Amino acid sequence: MTAYLIRRILALVPVLAVVVSVAFLLIHLIPGDPVSVMLGPDATPAQIEAARQALGLDRPLPEQLLKFYARVLRGDLGRSYFLDRPVTQALLERAEPTLVLTLSALLVAIVIGVPSGIVAAAQPGSLWDRTLMLAALLGVCVPGFWLSLNFIYLFAVRLGWLPAAGYASIFVDPVAALRYMVLPAVSLGFSQSALIARISRSCMLEALQQDYIRTARAKGLSHATVTWVHAFRNALVPVVTVIGITMAILIGGAVVTEIVFNIPGLGRLIISAVLRRDYPVVQGVILVTATAYVLINLGVDMLYVFIDPRIRYE
Amino acid sequence: MSDAVARATWPRRLGRSRNVVTGALIVTLVVLGALFAGAVSTHNPRRLDPANRLKPPSAQNYLGTDEFGRDVWSLVVHGSQVSLIVGATTMALTSLGGIVVGLVAGYYRRLDIVLMRVMDGLMAFPAILLAIALMAARGSGVGNVIFALSVVYTPRTAMLIRSTVLSIRELDYVLAARALGRRDLAIAFRHILPNCIGPLLVQGSFIFAYAILAEAILGFLGVGVPPYVPSWGNVIASGKNVIREAFWVSLFPGLALTLSGLGLNLLGDGLRDTLDPRLRVP
Repeated sequence: MTAYLIRRILALVPVLAVVVSVAFLLIHLIPGDPVSVMLGPDATPAQIEAARQALGLDRPLPEQLLKFYARVLRGDLGRSYFLDRPVTQALLERAEPTLVLTLSALLVAIVIGVPSGIVAAAQPGSLWDRTLMLAALLGVCVPGFWLSLNFIYLFAVRLGWLPAAGYASIFVDPVAALRYMVLPAVSLGFSQSALIARISRSCMLEALQQDYIRTARAKGLSHATVTWVHAFRNALVPVVTVIGITMAILIGGAVVTEIVFNIPGLGRLIISAVLRRDYPVVQGVILVTATAYVLINLGVDMLYVFIDPRIRYE
Repeated sequence: MSDAVARATWPRRLGRSRNVVTGALIVTLVVLGALFAGAVSTHNPRRLDPANRLKPPSAQNYLGTDEFGRDVWSLVVHGSQVSLIVGATTMALTSLGGIVVGLVAGYYRRLDIVLMRVMDGLMAFPAILLAIALMAARGSGVGNVIFALSVVYTPRTAMLIRSTVLSIRELDYVLAARALGRRDLAIAFRHILPNCIGPLLVQGSFIFAYAILAEAILGFLGVGVPPYVPSWGNVIASGKNVIREAFWVSLFPGLALTLSGLGLNLLGDGLRDTLDPRLRVP
């Protein structure tokens, strides 16, 4: 297990190296002169030259890349001119809402998706099955950001049950935090719940066809025990894999959801940085989210061992 | 002879799949709407008419008007053009890029390691965030949206082609072709690539759907095609500002987006079930 963990962590090194290189190359994709683009039309030639030297853009490309690696390894993601603070500090300030939103949406997706898939699989072809799978197909196709607008119209504007937009920290005001978080979490989690439902259903169907299920039934075990203890646990490995993949989509979706609901997280940070051409912040956000995603999937792989004792990674 | 029979049954097998037929119908409808946008729409989608702003759906404006008095029906019809151009071009470019990278990686083991690490690295970014970052560097515009989405979605296709190549390259008929002195390139194009067409078609319809959705998201966030261009994402974004007074502005372009996604997903599901029964979801 430990040897496997070490091997897995070493395998992450090239992936993260590519991630850092992509973030680095972003500056060089800017058409024309990146420095004049960043500083805007009012900058004097002297300012442009100073900024160019400060950013190291006057050096050869390989040297710039090595310096960028060295900086990132030291935890230095540069400085945001507009926010007037280190990028790492800006990221830390904005991480909480995104984290809360992503995890709440994940919870919604699992709570809706897994039981729906299992109920559908219990009687394949039944009315329940067909209704749930039609809902799941629609759920996959309905764009989350548009769903959130409709939710705002229905639940905030029309019914007035929940606030239309905003954010409160759970550490400051848990009740307000919950009220603000319901609509964003449901609209972000809903389409992922559809994906999870489809996978759960097909994995359960496969598990229910196995010989040990027939044995368990023949032994006279109750329907619930057979479904939940025998079939569900064996269907869980692919479902957990999908939940890992879901995290990437949720992190991306959180960006859009934050814009709709005016939540001050990483999504709003990167969008305002794009509009202000604040490239260090753009680089910082994509670096941090990609790294988080890679580490989450490492965690998911480790989880398999606990779900399926046959997997030992010798 | 058996070859001719197999070919004859393909269209029929596709025709029997309810998913393929429904999906193809929906997609055809959207394509026709985009092709004949000028004839189908009732107003010039770019014409501002402040006197008629935020009018609810009526006989003059089937789907109402937006905050600038533009006709929502005409915006939706013309918006499909941007969506389809971005979707189709992204699908073509990712297929092309995926074929090149996948064939090279599947065929040359040394390059494989490097190429696959690069693909892994690109896929480590949440798709929409990488697209946003690329748009930040390149600036708004249809061409840049296509570029960004192609970079984001090519790795998935490349992985698919690579795994298909790996499973085929050791088959007897490929070994036979090599024994007969065929060159690598000829084997790749004559013997291996045709086997990739099925998976490519399936993947292509899903990428088409992702690209349309991603284009709308970029437009909605204000980092896609410029705001004055009628696109579904842009119209939904302008509807967001007036959701309290005029829900129809964001509702209808979103419905069009959902419908197109549904059509392409049905098509992809159906193609997968028909072309590759092993992947069928029970």
